[in-house]
Amino acid sequence: MKRIARASLQSAVNLVFFAIIGTAVLASTFFMTHDAIMKSEEKEKLKLITQIVPAPLFDNDIMQDTLSIPANALLGTEDATIAYRARLHGEPSAVVLEAVAPDGYSGKIALILAVRANGELAGVRVVAHKETPGLGDYIELLKNPWIKGFDGKSREVYKDPDWKVKKDGGQFDYMAGATITPRAVIKAVHKALVYFGENRDTLFVVNTPAPKKEKHK
Amino acid sequence: MSLQEYKDIFHNGMWKQNTGVVQLLGMCPILAVSSSVVNGVSLGLATAVVMALSGAAIAPIRSYVPNEIRIPVFILIIAVLVTVVQYLMNAYMYGLYVVLGIFIPLIVTNCIVLARVEAFASKNPAGTSAWDGFSMGLGLTAVLAVLGAMRELLGKGTLFSGIDLALGDVAKDWVLHVIPDYKGFLLAVLPPGAFIGLGLLIAGKNWLNLRAARKRRSGALAIPIEGGCTPAAHG
Repeated sequence: MKRIARASLQSAVNLVFFAIIGTAVLASTFFMTHDAIMKSEEKEKLKLITQIVPAPLFDNDIMQDTLSIPANALLGTEDATIAYRARLHGEPSAVVLEAVAPDGYSGKIALILAVRANGELAGVRVVAHKETPGLGDYIELLKNPWIKGFDGKSREVYKDPDWKVKKDGGQFDYMAGATITPRAVIKAVHKALVYFGENRDTLFVVNTPAPKKEKHK
Repeated sequence: MSLQEYKDIFHNGMWKQNTGVVQLLGMCPILAVSSSVVNGVSLGLATAVVMALSGAAIAPIRSYVPNEIRIPVFILIIAVLVTVVQYLMNAYMYGLYVVLGIFIPLIVTNCIVLARVEAFASKNPAGTSAWDGFSMGLGLTAVLAVLGAMRELLGKGTLFSGIDLALGDVAKDWVLHVIPDYKGFLLAVLPPGAFIGLGLLIAGKNWLNLRAARKRRSGALAIPIEGGCTPAAHG
């Protein structure tokens, strides 16, 4: 009995020893790479944002001028998201919102969209999706310019009932064989515009920068 | 450790005991990330690095780890190494990190890593263990590269798409559009294409082995004196 106890104690000590070493290695790597990771994530995000918010539209530090938006049904978000505000000479010019289309062909489609202060879309991009490669993935700009069809559109250009694919009596193109995907995207973009319309005033309020949400994937 | 031994280990990893087409270990990443050359090679190399590091890390401590808890200790070490690699990729190869996504942390559960540690590193010195892990990983990379090329070529008509994610913006123009105006072949991109492609690779490898064996045998019959000297048990 005593021997068994001693053996298991020894095993435990051994495991703990390796766990401590492992933790130390991980912690030091984490601290060594942390800044670089934050920087590359920020760079990637800025790249995406400058794709949809043309550079002449803002002169502020867009990555710092943020606003935390709680989960919202119109945006389709289930967690708080961060809105980036673009300003030109101190005047609000555009806001970058995250939105989710919950009803894609194979699950959620994550979108990022930039709305000009006048309610016009500056650009939309798909950030993540699981649509069928070769069929539903034409919503990616890499595959097809379809997503650019949103540029310059607003709820004034197209009235609310027109925010559908042409097959359903709306104004937007689609590709035969994959209508569920564009339907979901169009619906989500439209709802995000409704959200913008309802919250236009609060979205541009100047405040101290929201604490950056740490993202650990 | 003689040069011949290193050569044998390398040959073992690349061909004789190839993880992708002989041992058939680590099928999940093979099937999932082999949709393009760049994805496949990147994950293959990441796995090779992890395998080499884990071989080198585990071999020197093999006599200090009690036999009963060796598996948890090995897994712990492998998990630490994979996470380190993941951090490094996240920091310095962000595009690729996003593309490979969940498959980087999943290297931990790739049974080939633990299999080599258990079968080789726990019985051999650090240098050979690292070399064995690296060779095995390189064998996996080769399979992923060939399978990725097959699927990418058939599915999208390109080669090396996404290479700028791995090597930065300089490589943006390196993508080969082998078949211009290709409409795409969905089956090759989807998982069934991976299964069919891997089946063809295994068949191809077996065919090459058989052919080599047959050649050896007929060679042995024709020139009996020389043939008698060749060790037949090498196939």
